[in-house]
Amino acid sequence: MCYSPINDSALKKVSGYCQYVFAIEEVFMKEGPVVVFEKVSKIYKMGEVSIPALNNVSLKIPNRRFSMILGPSGSGKTTLLNMIGCLDQPTTGKIEVCGERIAEISDDKISEFRARNIGFIFQNFNLIPVLSAFENVEYPLTLLGIGASDRQERSMSILESVGLSDHARHRPNQLSGGQKQRVAIARALVKGPGLILADEPTANLDSKTGASIIDLMYKIQEQYGATFVFSTHDPQLISHARDVFSILDGELIEHRSEGK
Amino acid sequence: MNTLKIAARNILRNVRRSSMTILAIAVGTMSMLIFGEFVAQIFVALETQNVTRSGHITVFRSGYFKYGSGNPAAYGIHDYQSVIGLFAEDPVLKPLINVVTPTINLFGIAGNFDVEASKTFFGLGVIPADFNRMHLWDEHQLKLAAFYGIEPLNETDDTHGFIGVGLGRILGLCEPLKIPDCTKQQGGDQQMIQTPSGQTKRDFSALEEKSDQSASEPQKVTAPRLDLLAATAGSAPNVVNFYVDKAISQGVKEYDDSLVIMNFRLAQRLLYGRGEKQAVGIVVQLHKTEDIPIARARLEQLIKGKGLHLETRELTELQPFYKQAIGMFSAIFSFISSVMAVIVLFTIVNTMSMSVMERTHEIGTLRAMGVKKRGITAQFVLEGALLGLIGATLGIIVGSAVANIVNHSGLTWQPPGQAVPTPLKVLTQGVSHLIFGIWFGLGALSTIAAWVPAHRAARMKIVDALGHV
Repeated sequence: MCYSPINDSALKKVSGYCQYVFAIEEVFMKEGPVVVFEKVSKIYKMGEVSIPALNNVSLKIPNRRFSMILGPSGSGKTTLLNMIGCLDQPTTGKIEVCGERIAEISDDKISEFRARNIGFIFQNFNLIPVLSAFENVEYPLTLLGIGASDRQERSMSILESVGLSDHARHRPNQLSGGQKQRVAIARALVKGPGLILADEPTANLDSKTGASIIDLMYKIQEQYGATFVFSTHDPQLISHARDVFSILDGELIEHRSEGK
Repeated sequence: MNTLKIAARNILRNVRRSSMTILAIAVGTMSMLIFGEFVAQIFVALETQNVTRSGHITVFRSGYFKYGSGNPAAYGIHDYQSVIGLFAEDPVLKPLINVVTPTINLFGIAGNFDVEASKTFFGLGVIPADFNRMHLWDEHQLKLAAFYGIEPLNETDDTHGFIGVGLGRILGLCEPLKIPDCTKQQGGDQQMIQTPSGQTKRDFSALEEKSDQSASEPQKVTAPRLDLLAATAGSAPNVVNFYVDKAISQGVKEYDDSLVIMNFRLAQRLLYGRGEKQAVGIVVQLHKTEDIPIARARLEQLIKGKGLHLETRELTELQPFYKQAIGMFSAIFSFISSVMAVIVLFTIVNTMSMSVMERTHEIGTLRAMGVKKRGITAQFVLEGALLGLIGATLGIIVGSAVANIVNHSGLTWQPPGQAVPTPLKVLTQGVSHLIFGIWFGLGALSTIAAWVPAHRAARMKIVDALGHV
């Protein structure tokens, strides 16, 4: 079962992001895989044409690790990540995320599950344009029914952690690509999810900014121990990951792990 | 994050489209409001005209309403004064009643033999004091009596009364009665006559009951005289002298061309001759029209309790035109409202569909973050409702301003069947239910209209929404 910090009454007493995430570490110590795929296949149907996106993939993503899904465009990375994030269901096979069998949960329960346990970082940042940076970060906490003062405290704290406290009132269209992605990272992290998924987070950034974003994610993972899974087609980023799942034409062709 | 705040910001996201949507709704609202207020004005004007003329409820002898108008003498109410007393003193009716008065309706021929003109007339015998009070009834503050120049009926001389302007023209009384738009007819207008009491008459007024003449011996008057001929209860011809104080307009041409308003006693003499003096009807005018059902029920209870052979008829039965006009204008208002509602419906559906299409990516993101389907639906429905309510509010503000301008413009118009122009006004007092109904109705309609694209947005597959370009 993934950790759900919001339910922990002890957390309400802590202040400041570092203490908050420290509390995450305390209760998120469970070892073992956070995601388990068993012979998962996904076939998209477009009219009468069937397009296989994943083919019989079995994998286990370890807890509290920085994992990478590597593969060229069209290899099935995004499909795999969508399924890890409970955004899509497999055609065949079983998926377990944080101990929950996703296929057996109703849509509302899956939404609640995502709201509590999974943070997303998208290639195109996907910030809500009508909300400021602060409000974008605050939004996931609103979904969890956190009180206003607590939301304010946590959001500002995490924005500070990604170096954007000065831009809290800026709307997304007033931020650079790198800044937007930092806001997206802060948004994904603010609720203290057990699992953070990033779909090619550097694809729309220049190499320097992309590297800084990966560094930031890596540091956050190292510091706070959350499980990070990110997809990329850039082999140069392999050095950051402790677990690399290589995928090609919808099939898992390699799993390299530092721990192995 | 407050959903309402996000909805408001999303409305401002595409200012031009939102403005056009709000404007379309505002125009629709304004049209509905102004036309609704115009129709409401027609309703209350018709109501006021009819209530001042014939009250809210009339009590007749049983059968009169269906069979008696051709022979009113045979359908008289014998002991009408005690019946009136019964009604007037009833503790339930007393606070509701403004006037309860006997009346006589009769038909006959009015002749002005100085110009050799005659015309069938519809006579209304009234108690002048009650008639005058009835004409002051103005529940909706329309001041129609002032507009139509209604003057008090002579309370002292029972041979005096009013006639309709149309009848005045037909009988060649343009000049003495100063009737507008009335040219001098061949034969010339009648001169003011110095009433020659006992003077030999060269017309059918010689048939007049001599015994009654002394009772109604007029003083020296300077008013045009008509001779009114009618059949008495015994089917004998009867004639009375009638002096016209004024030609009045009741607003309806058919009335104006045939109406004679005379003193109740004169009408009794004309209709019953030497026989028992009765009343054809007992008119009940209430303080408020909304009390008709209560008052009518009580009247019927009293009639039944006393075993009287009387029946009650209310405004809509006595004045079918009133009911028909209300039905017609209600139908027109419903049609216009339906058209406006459809326009608002399609405008909102179109705007929200565009919004959903443009924000597909955002919908996917929100769903990925854990927003439930109903959360997405609520977001778009709220935006649609906000657009609708802003448009409706704007429409009501502008519509109210336009209504006030119309009311102060001094314009007149001539409604169908009306003999004279009437002020072009829209009702702005006491229409809060109309305003709220339009505002709430369009808000609800916008919400319903937004629900269709909102539901579609909520049902999107998250991965499809996120992958939408």
